[in-house]
Formats: sequence, C-alpha cells, structure tokens
Amino acid sequence: MNDGSPHELSAAYALDALDGDELEAYEAHLAGCERCRGDVVSFRATASALAYDVDLPPLPETLEHRIISAARAERPNVVPLRQRLAIPAATLGAAAAVAAIAIGIWAIRLSNSLDHQKQIRKDQKALIDILSDCSKTPTQGSSGAVCVAPTEKAVLIADSLPAASTDKTYEAWVITGKRVQPAGLFRGGAGRKYVLLAEPVRAGTKVAVTLERRAGVSAPTTAILLQAEVKPS
Amino acid sequence: MISLRGRRSERSQTTARELAHLSDEAVLALVARSDEQALTELYRRFGRLAYGLAFRILRDDALAQDAVQEAFLGVWRAASRFTAERAKPSTWLLTLVHRRAVDLVRREERRRTEPLQPETEPVGTEAPDEAELATQRQTIRQALRQLPAEQREAIELAYYGGYTQSELAERLGQPLGTIKSRMFTGLARLREDLGEDVRARFEPA
Repeated sequence: MNDGSPHELSAAYALDALDGDELEAYEAHLAGCERCRGDVVSFRATASALAYDVDLPPLPETLEHRIISAARAERPNVVPLRQRLAIPAATLGAAAAVAAIAIGIWAIRLSNSLDHQKQIRKDQKALIDILSDCSKTPTQGSSGAVCVAPTEKAVLIADSLPAASTDKTYEAWVITGKRVQPAGLFRGGAGRKYVLLAEPVRAGTKVAVTLERRAGVSAPTTAILLQAEVKPS
Repeated sequence: MISLRGRRSERSQTTARELAHLSDEAVLALVARSDEQALTELYRRFGRLAYGLAFRILRDDALAQDAVQEAFLGVWRAASRFTAERAKPSTWLLTLVHRRAVDLVRREERRRTEPLQPETEPVGTEAPDEAELATQRQTIRQALRQLPAEQREAIELAYYGGYTQSELAERLGQPLGTIKSRMFTGLARLREDLGEDVRARFEPA
C-alpha cells in the first residue's frame, strides 16, 4: 500500500499530521470511505499507545480542581439573543459534517459545533423564559443588570465590557456568603451580552465578573469589574 | 446533554469508592450523565498520562494544563455521544489531548522536541498503577525500536513533535509522498507489532 492514494492518509490523520486543506480534503474522503474509517479507528488506537512512552511529570496540584470547576461552570455561556444559527452548514462543509457523524468520535471538533447549535437553541429558550419574568438589579462598576427569575435561574446582562483579548476570558461568579462559584465564561465586546448563570441566584447573592486567563479559573484572581447584589424582593 | 445545571441533585452522584471498581466504559457512561465524581475518577485514571503527553508535545506547564483541561471538557461535553464500539475511552481521551496539544503547539510555533532520544528516567513509583504504566511503556518502546529508523522518525516527529506531514517533508528534505508512506507503513507495522496487546488495550472488543 504505497500508491499515494488518499487511503494512505489514514496514518497521517491518526497522528494529527494533517492540517488545513489536506485535513478538510481527507475528512471529506473519509465520509465516503469505509476502509479508511476502519484504518483510522485502529491507527488511532496504535497512536494512543505512543502516549505511554512519555515521561510522567507530577500532576500540577490545582489541575483537577480546575477541570471539575470548569466542567461545572462551562455549560451555560453567552447566549446570542437573536437567531444567528446559519453558521454550521457554511463553515463545516456537508461532507466533513457527515464524516464527523460517521466516525462518531474522532471529529469531535466538528460535531461540537453542531452540538453547540442545539445548545444555543436550548439556552435561548431558557434565556427568554428568565427575561420574560424576572426582577432586575442594576450592576455597579460597568453598566448592566442581573435578572433573576422566580425559579432562581438568572441572567447577567453586560452592556459595555470591551472584548477580552484572545488569551483572556470574562468569568462570572455567584457569591453566596463565603461561597464563590464559577458561573460562566464570556468574551464581552460590542453590544449587549447575555450570560446564563450556572448557579442559582437568591436574595443576598452577589454576582460579579472578573477577567481571567482563557480557559477560566476556579476562583477569581483579579479585581471585580462589575457586580450586583440581589436584594430581597 | 443538560442545558442548565443550576442546581444539581447530590443524590445521583456516585461515590469515589463505587467508581474505583468500574470499567473505564462504565465510568464514561456516568460522565455522560454529568456525574462530576465520575469525571474526577476518569482524571484519576488518565490525568497523569494526559498531562505527560501534553507536556511532551508542548514543553510548557501552562499550555499542557490547558490542553488537558480542554480534552477532559471535551469528554465531559460529548461523553453521551461516545460509542464504545469505536474505541476505548482511554484512546478517545488521549486522542483529544493529542489533537489539542498539537493545535496549541502549532499556534505557539514552539517546536522543541527531539523525539529520537526518548527519555530514560524511570517512571515514578508512588502509585500502584505505575507498574502497569511501565509495562506498557516498555512494550511500545520496544515496538518503536523495531521500526526502520526513517519510519520511526516520521512517526515520532509527527506524534510527539506535532509536525504536519508537509512540515516533515520540508524538515527532512523528502518528497511528501515519501513521508506519507513512511508514516503509513510505520504505523501499520506498529499496529501489527503491538498486535493483541494494543487491540486489547485500546480497541474495542
């Protein structure tokens, strides 16, 4: 098997050695090539075995906590209020999307985008539910508001936070007494941003925003840019 | 997938002790139900390997942590769509770590590894799983050694160095077709040599 056909690229693909156009073209080929899908599955397994031949430095102590906190907080995120859902077909390419589904697991990158669209629809519905019946507390520090529904689900509205640079993110916090919980990441930028908060907000709860490193952190490390304390109704 | 997890029911969370006896597949099935303990267990099983791999590629603690975090979050998000017929959970996770690390290394344009000299330091001995890891490492290392040098070089530079096939062609001064077939032939041979071992460990039954 040395004929330079696309089949041969299953190895490079499994080693993540394809990039750009090559990657796109191969994923399109993969969509229609059962043999390649089989090869990719077994080559991925072989490639993963290579991971065992690395040094194992001690794990950074905070990494576990960081991952679990991010997992807890990452779901709800900024929700575009207007329907702008035409993105996936345009950016994915139908063939690549099919490949993503056919291979099931390898093309997480692609299927995430599809999943993301579904998530956005759900979040939009949740957002509208909250905004249609909530009490508003204006924020201090930067203009905006926190809207809390009777269900204690809440939305943070940020009106004028500049876009975070690519290595940073805004992170929302829900603070109840001494408990500080991460409640969502967002990028800021022009226009009004709606952030569905991952944690319930009650009377006496404070909602705050800080600017953190890109992947988010489990406890605030910088000064509060915006905050609101929800008063008993 | 769950959209709003404002309040979580504690009762549905499994305990660490229950989890320790479960297969990787079973742990992943719990992760698919947004069980945080199960995610912790998955991290306990594969975190060190994941970080080791990311660090090998990126040579940078902060970036390696980002890669590992993003891979675990990828698992967290997509676990419900994981199909056990396709791969072992460990393969999936390591694939995500690898892809993320390679994306980052390309973005950072930091290329620092000379993979033809594998590290020789012994693996630490504190955890009980270490012996198991050391055995696997021995197996893969031996299989790599049996490859013709140029196939091994192409595979190692791609996997540990994050080079694309085009970059490799340029770096090694070879036609792209040669690089492609070195990778293909080498990986096919590795697959063969690792044989039952890798099938049992990394491929679905």
